[in-house]
Order: sequence, then C-alpha cells, then structure tokens
Amino acid sequence: MRARTLVLGCLLALCACTHDSGVTTIRFMAMGREAEVVSDLVAQFEHENPGVRVDVQQIPWTAAHEKLLTAFAADALPDICQLGNTWLPEFSALDSLEPLQPYVDASSTVDPRDYFPGIWDTNVIGGKLYGIPWYVDTRLLFYRRDLLAQAGFDRAPTSWPEWEQQMAAIKAHGHYGVMMPLNEFEQLLSFGLQQSDPLLRDDGTRGNFESAGFRRALAFYARLFAQGWAPPMSKTQISNVWDEFFNGLFVFYVSGPWNIREFRQRAPHGLEDSWATAPLPGPDGLGAGIAGGTSLVMFRSSQHKTQTWRFIEFLSRPEIQERFHAEIGDPPPRRSTWKLSGLVHDAYAAAFRDQLERVKPTPKVLEWERIVQEMRLVSERVVRGGEPQDQAVHELDARVDAILEKRRWMHERDQRVAGSL
Amino acid sequence: MKSTRIGWLFASPALIVLGLFFGVPVLAAFGLSFTDFDLYALADLRNLRFAGVNNYTDLLQTPLFWKSLANTFYFVGVGVPLSIAVSLGAALLLHAPAARAKGLFRTALFAPVVTTVVAVAVIWKYLFHTSYGLVNWALAHLGVAPVDWFGDAHWAMPAIILFAVWKNFGYNMVILLAGLQGIPQDLYEAARIDGASRWRQFLHITLPMLGPVLMVVGVITISGYFQLFAEPYVMTQGEPLQSTVSVLYFMFDEGFKWWNLGRASAVAFLLFAIILGATALLLRFGRKRDLL
Repeated sequence: MRARTLVLGCLLALCACTHDSGVTTIRFMAMGREAEVVSDLVAQFEHENPGVRVDVQQIPWTAAHEKLLTAFAADALPDICQLGNTWLPEFSALDSLEPLQPYVDASSTVDPRDYFPGIWDTNVIGGKLYGIPWYVDTRLLFYRRDLLAQAGFDRAPTSWPEWEQQMAAIKAHGHYGVMMPLNEFEQLLSFGLQQSDPLLRDDGTRGNFESAGFRRALAFYARLFAQGWAPPMSKTQISNVWDEFFNGLFVFYVSGPWNIREFRQRAPHGLEDSWATAPLPGPDGLGAGIAGGTSLVMFRSSQHKTQTWRFIEFLSRPEIQERFHAEIGDPPPRRSTWKLSGLVHDAYAAAFRDQLERVKPTPKVLEWERIVQEMRLVSERVVRGGEPQDQAVHELDARVDAILEKRRWMHERDQRVAGSL
Repeated sequence: MKSTRIGWLFASPALIVLGLFFGVPVLAAFGLSFTDFDLYALADLRNLRFAGVNNYTDLLQTPLFWKSLANTFYFVGVGVPLSIAVSLGAALLLHAPAARAKGLFRTALFAPVVTTVVAVAVIWKYLFHTSYGLVNWALAHLGVAPVDWFGDAHWAMPAIILFAVWKNFGYNMVILLAGLQGIPQDLYEAARIDGASRWRQFLHITLPMLGPVLMVVGVITISGYFQLFAEPYVMTQGEPLQSTVSVLYFMFDEGFKWWNLGRASAVAFLLFAIILGATALLLRFGRKRDLL
C-alpha cells in the first residue's frame, strides 16, 4: 500500500515538473496545532491567488528540530516554515535561510515599525533579517488578586524591592509568595535579561555570567528560595499547578500567555475574578521579559520565492493574524492586530501587551539552548544544593566558554582571513 | 573447498546486509568519534576538525559523563541481581508441584515483557505519583510517609529500577523455568532420602544445576541493563538533578539534542568497551567455575 502511494507520489511529482499547468505549489511546514489552524486560512489565500497552492505539512513540535535538520542534510527543505525564534541562529548558521530585507522594503503589508521591536530584533542575525514574526510569547506574572489584597496590597509589584515586600507579607499569611519550578529556566533568564550586562560577551564567544548584572539576577532568584518565599519544587513535584494556584499554595506564578485560557477554564466557582496578570517587575521599575515566539522563514532552496513571500505577507496581514490568534490564543506580534482584535481591552492580555514593549532577545548563538540549560543546572545547584553563588557563576562561565570553543575558533579564523585580505 | 564456497554463497546475502547496514555505520561512527562533527560542520565541511582522541579525553573530564556512568552502574548493580532474583523466585514458584493454573500465571508474569515501554511507563508514572499514586497509598497503610519518587534525587533511580525489573523479569523467568525443568527429578529424590531440607536441596542441587543457564541470563541481562534509555526518557527526562541520566541518555542528548555527533559517537564506543569488559569479566568468572 505504502509502496503504491510512493510510486503514485513520484508520478505526480513528475507530472508537476513536466507539465507546466500554471499552478505553483509551495510547501509549508507547520507544527502541532498551528498547522491545523493555518489550513483554514490557506483556502482564502488560494482563492486570492488562483495560481498558487499551499501544501501544509504538519509535524509535531517534539520531532520538528530533528525533522528540519535531516531535511536540510537531505536537501529537502520546504519553501516556508515556522521556526521558534531561538532556532533562527542555528538555521542561519547553516546558511539555509533567505534574507528578507529586500522583500520587506518592497512590501506594503509588512511594516517593521508596527511590530514590537524586541520581537523583530530576534529575527535579525549579524545585521540581516531572516524571519517575520508570526506570534509571540513571553513570561510575566499571574497572581491571586484576593490573596494579595489579604496581605495588604491592592496592586501587583512594579519593582523587585516592592515584590519582596509583598512576598514577605504573603508568607506571614501562610502562603508561598511565588511558584518558580526549578526545572524551568525562563524565570532566572528573565531576571538576567533585565540587567544591562549582556549574557555573552566578545561577539557571543564567551560567557558573561560573572558580570555584576547576572550576579544580581542570580542573587535575587536565590533569595526568593532562601527566604522561603518560593518553594524549591520542580514541575513533577506539583501535581497540578492550576489547582494549587486556586488552592492558594502560592500567590504569584511566572508563566506564559497560554495560561490565560487555562486559568479561565479552570478557575473554580467563586474564584473566577480572583486572579490577574501583571508585567514582570525589574530591579528598579518594570523590567524586561524574554522575546519569545515563532517566526515565518523562507528557505534559500525555495524555487518559488515570489509566491512564498506573498503567502508570508498574507499571514502577516492584521485581519488574518486576528483570525489566527482567535483560534490559537498566542498573542500577535503587530500592534495593529492588537488594536483590531480588541485584545487591548482584554484585562488579562493587557499585561502582555505592556510587557511586549519591553522584551529582549536572548543571545543569538546556536549554542544558546545548551547554555541556558547549563544556567538552569547551576541555579538548581545553588537553590537545592546550597552552592555558593560566586563559585556557581565562575563554573557557569567556564562551562559556557567550553561550549563556545568552536564558535571562538571559527570567529578567530574568519577574522584572520578577513585581516589577510 | 567447493563446499566452503557454497557456504559463503549462502551466507552472502546476510553478510552483505550486515556489512552495509551494520558494519559501515559502525566504522563511520568510529571515524566520526575522532572528529568534532557538529552543526557547523554540517553547514560547511571546512568547519570540521580532526580531533584525535580529544572527544574521549574530554568525556573523561566531563562531570555529567561520570555521573551518567555512576547512575548506569547503580542501575546495573542493583537492577541485575534484583531482576535475576525475582525471575528465579517466580520460576521456582511456577515450577513448584503445588502450583495451580501454571499456564495462566506464566502468561501473566510474562505479559509485561511484551508490553510497550512507553505505554506502561506512563502508567507507572501514575503509580509513583507523590500524592495520588498507588505506591504511596500502599506505603501510607504501612505507616510510611509519602515518598517523592520522581522529585527526590535519592528515589528516582530506585523507582526506575523497580519499573525495569517488573518490565523485564518475565523474560529471564521463562529461560530459568526451562532450566529448572531440565534438572532430573531423581537428584531431588536422592537428596530427600538423605534427609536434605528444601533449602539445602536448593543450594546444592538447583543452583549448581542452573549454573550455565544463570550464566547466560546474567550476560544477557547485564548487556541489556547497561543500555538503559527508554525508561528515564519517558519517566524522568534525566531529572531530578540528573540522577537518572544514563550513559545512553547522555549520548542521545549529545547527538540528537545538541548535534555533537563526534562526541556522541565517542560515548557509544566507550559504552561498548564497558559492556565488553563487564561481560568478559563475567565469562571469565564462569569459566573458572566451570559453568561454561
């Protein structure tokens, strides 16, 4: 059966090549639920562009990375794909992405100034634009308004000192201040991004975790646990974070936009209005957050770049983004989409809108995912194992430098070559 | 002369397939283990460096490698004897003259072996759940405080060992049962006439007669248990505090998460050397005792 489909597929492919029927098919690799939702939008695009067909290929998130890399190795990349924006450095290092600036310059639909700057920035690597933001993601505070009021505060904190004050009072009322699962790196990373010191130095070839900035972030993070404001738990130890949130085990929870829907659905009777969202507090005043999200990229190997770009433009139109957002729930990257969809008036989403103006990209090196894991391990050792912080950041820098060794070697080689020319 | 050629001819399809799909990849991986093949090299072969034995020496200085090795030895050291003991116990029970419904029990005890690791691992994750799991519920009835199985670095590996033993003991049980059935009954009759107790019969007849079978079971189990991967991959992802990262898990991460194929290949060959060493030791012990 499978063999027959394969033969059939090959024949069809041959037909497509030999007979130019005027229809171009572009292949779009999308992940998980996004693929399902986007399939509904494709019909409209095909209607507007009679000569173009879009073949949506759905791959699960868990297999996406391997699948794309093997596709690269086998020269079988699609025309367009959605990429988590931390994956962009990797695929641009593989030299597989089409630079998009010329397309944007000529476009009347994609207006860079309409996008949140931190999110747009994640798509610029080495001065070149490689992706168009599709939807965004960041971390901020979810909190129990009623319990915070009980502790004597009528609004969420806007700075670390204020937050600490609130958590101390909350603890006195018998709750934990904040839940920050130890198996997640996003919390400490957010605190680190709030500092003016970058996380890597020397063109991303060395760790910068011994800087004053990261030390401050780690000290704050560790203090939350040392004071007993945050329980030292990982996700596996909390059976159901939503239940515990509404049970009042903790008041603040640092999490992402998908949880708006979850909390809405799971809030028990009588507690529907007990919770709210707020932007992340920073060392002094509201702080930065992670510029997460997913971008649309075009591969250099594509044979149909004009049509592919037209499809990217289509998906970037505010009214299309609005429909996409309504289905999927991930916040849109354009300010005009926010305005159009009325999301700005949603009390829970408003905090995200606010935070998105203050998001910062993580260092754009392909080793980043590995580095951030090392950072998490070190923070877990500090919190659980009581390792001194000075030693921890020193060790972390040593490990990160080892991870970046190859990058350093290439960097030096390229500079030598550039120097001799 | 001619017959050997015909023999080669008959063996050649299998040999070609083995050579192509086993021999070549293994040789390629061995070559890879002396380079720093990674994503940069995948992008441009100019970025590939010959690394000599660096991958190997680096690994020996990587704390996580040693940790994964220690975890694996812990798993093998406790898991293998426990697994064989449980298999032997079950086989003895099934072999006992008093046992009823032998077919049913044999099938029931063998059933875990043919289940899918991933599916049953998910179920065991529920069983080991801290607040709602059956295991802690049973312990509570014995007055034991709840154990945080997958959150506490001390308990995660024992939980995985219990699961692995449950999953695998049926296989060895069947082999040992066959061994037990091969022991002549008259030996036991003679011992009974001499007035030997059940325990003495076990010690002086059953165990020595089972020696060669136990040897085989031991070798198979050890080489299998060294390749621990699916259980932590599904149940703990190596957590907490990397206490369930096995050597193979470490290799998988190096290779397919970080795409350091050079280092990953080096891990594979180190593990191969370790398994080879362990089984060679066991076989030597067996030969000394005349078990082989």
